[in-house]
Amino acid sequence: MILVFVESWNNQFKKASFEAVSYARKWADMAGCSVKAVVSSGASNPESLAQYGADSIATLDLAATGPGMAGQLSTMMDGVQGVVVAGTAVGKTLAPTLAALIDGALSTNTTSTPSSVGPVVVERGAFSSKGIETIALSEGMPIVSFVPNAIGIEEKAGAGAIESGSASGTDKVAVSEVSVASGKVALPEAEVVVSAGRGLKGPENWGMIEELAEVLGAATACSKPVSDIGWRPHSEHVGQTGIQVNPNLYIAIGISGAIQHLAGVSASKTIVAINTDPEAPFFKAADYGIVGDAFDVVPRLIEELRAFKAAN
Amino acid sequence: MNILVCISHVPDTTAKINFTADGSALDPAGVQFVINPYDEFGLTKALHIKEAQGATITVLNVGGPETEPTLRKALAIGADQAVRINATPTDAITVAKSIKNHIQANAYDLIICGQESIDYNGQQVPAMLAALLDVPMVNACVGLTIDGSTATAKAEIDGGHATYTANLPMVIGGKKGLVEEKDLRIPNMRGIMTARTKPLSVEEGLSGSNTAAKAFRKPAAKSAVKMVAPDQVNELVRLLHEESKSI
Ligand SMILES: Cc1cc2nc3c(=O)[nH]c(=O)nc-3n(C[C@H](O)[C@H](O)[C@H](O)COP(=O)(O)OP(=O)(O)OC[C@H]3O[C@@H](n4cnc5c(N)ncnc54)[C@H](O)[C@@H]3O)c2cc1C
Repeated sequence: MILVFVESWNNQFKKASFEAVSYARKWADMAGCSVKAVVSSGASNPESLAQYGADSIATLDLAATGPGMAGQLSTMMDGVQGVVVAGTAVGKTLAPTLAALIDGALSTNTTSTPSSVGPVVVERGAFSSKGIETIALSEGMPIVSFVPNAIGIEEKAGAGAIESGSASGTDKVAVSEVSVASGKVALPEAEVVVSAGRGLKGPENWGMIEELAEVLGAATACSKPVSDIGWRPHSEHVGQTGIQVNPNLYIAIGISGAIQHLAGVSASKTIVAINTDPEAPFFKAADYGIVGDAFDVVPRLIEELRAFKAAN
Repeated sequence: MNILVCISHVPDTTAKINFTADGSALDPAGVQFVINPYDEFGLTKALHIKEAQGATITVLNVGGPETEPTLRKALAIGADQAVRINATPTDAITVAKSIKNHIQANAYDLIICGQESIDYNGQQVPAMLAALLDVPMVNACVGLTIDGSTATAKAEIDGGHATYTANLPMVIGGKKGLVEEKDLRIPNMRGIMTARTKPLSVEEGLSGSNTAAKAFRKPAAKSAVKMVAPDQVNELVRLLHEESKSI
């Protein structure tokens, strides 16, 4: 069977969790085996995973951190042919911990489902999206951590039997504080990202960026210098040395399009660049471009999108 | 306090990436190599700890002799000694096992890695190393204070932050925030001179691999951008809806 780790936050599944089950289903169908989902016992509606292809759904008390959960999963490997983890913050720590504990073969930053299963071969992003690597998981348990949004969610019914389980494993760190902004879309998982750069001139001008993001249900992001000078938090810095994003739509406003910025955003399916400078490098990486002043174009875009939303 | 800072030797962020004609590997021709940017934050954090409370800083790289200038640069920035583990870093797990062997032979209180190296974007070595050593780890670490044998580490999590406490030794997967961009140091002349005489030892690493890179290629080039006039934003909305189906 393919074992898929299904993350929940405040007992709700994340979008990437459903995508993980879809990934596992596709892999299992190639390998001719079943899909077992491992979820936190507190997660509401575990049976909903059946519609994405889970044949069995094991609920258990999970540790609080990626390494703790990896320790638990490492005791559940009987009959497992492969493991799927979404590349969220938790998944990015869980997957390599598990690989080390069971001496497995890990592909992170994975952007495809397997093209073959003996051994498992997948594609992954390398050199910050400047390259695509084809990698074979040749020795030991194949483990795949994929980039959220890269695969997509697909409905396909699985048997969906709920089992309660348990697995020992503990966290090695104590969690002393957690703060997550409620109601905001988390950047790595966002389907739409509205991003702005130094062209915005100052932090006081981000109101229209947030408004645009709100209309689109988007996460907000920024270029590196904008976070370095403290106009926006570091957690919004995208690019080669920041968060790498993979949304359906990336809107870049007042960002020049330096190679390091593009490296972290070029995997976006559709890119819109808005810039006063017709020579801005971003236009070479974009699908749609507007040469214009952000202070003029963005408010109009908000208005047009509101009208579009009202009509659709 | 003994601090180990793991340093990855990576193409400069401005490098144009090309692969060999048979697609089997990176073509290093014309590529400048630098200290992995994530690791620079870790190295500077180690220097801050050393300056505040005293420490010996060892920098380590798993790689061939061509990575030694990168280690020398880390010495010039202020590390005390360097270790090169002689091995071709083909697979993160083998790299982590080699580093583990070095750590077990040398007591370190704190091991700082970058969250990710910008060449193969694995994000694997720090967590693997912690698992192999059976010690705590905090990834995406954006703040660290050490008090005696206890560490308090702030980390980015999806949509926010979390703060953890752990006992040393531990492994950190660090990034910007550990120190700020303005805190990063470039080697000065004196640093470069003294780096020449600081110890750089070579140890043999492991070989073998659980994964095999089969091929590399560049992503398909984008088709030409479609320009929309700034007074026709409605046309952009139409394209995003009807053509790219983004909204
Ligand atoms: C080691 C290293 C790593 C790096 N990593 C990253 C990274 O991860 N992410 C990243 O983003 N950068 C990174 N950089 C920095 C990168 O090289 C660029 O400096 C940075 O991306 C530029 O940010 P920017 O586009 O916001 O600012 P600028 O380059 O100043 O560009 C501002 C843009 O706004 C436009 N503009 C001005 N006014 C307006 C207006 N009114 N309306 C519309 N447009 C306007 C201008 O025409 C210009 O194109 C890195 C650099 C180094 C050396």
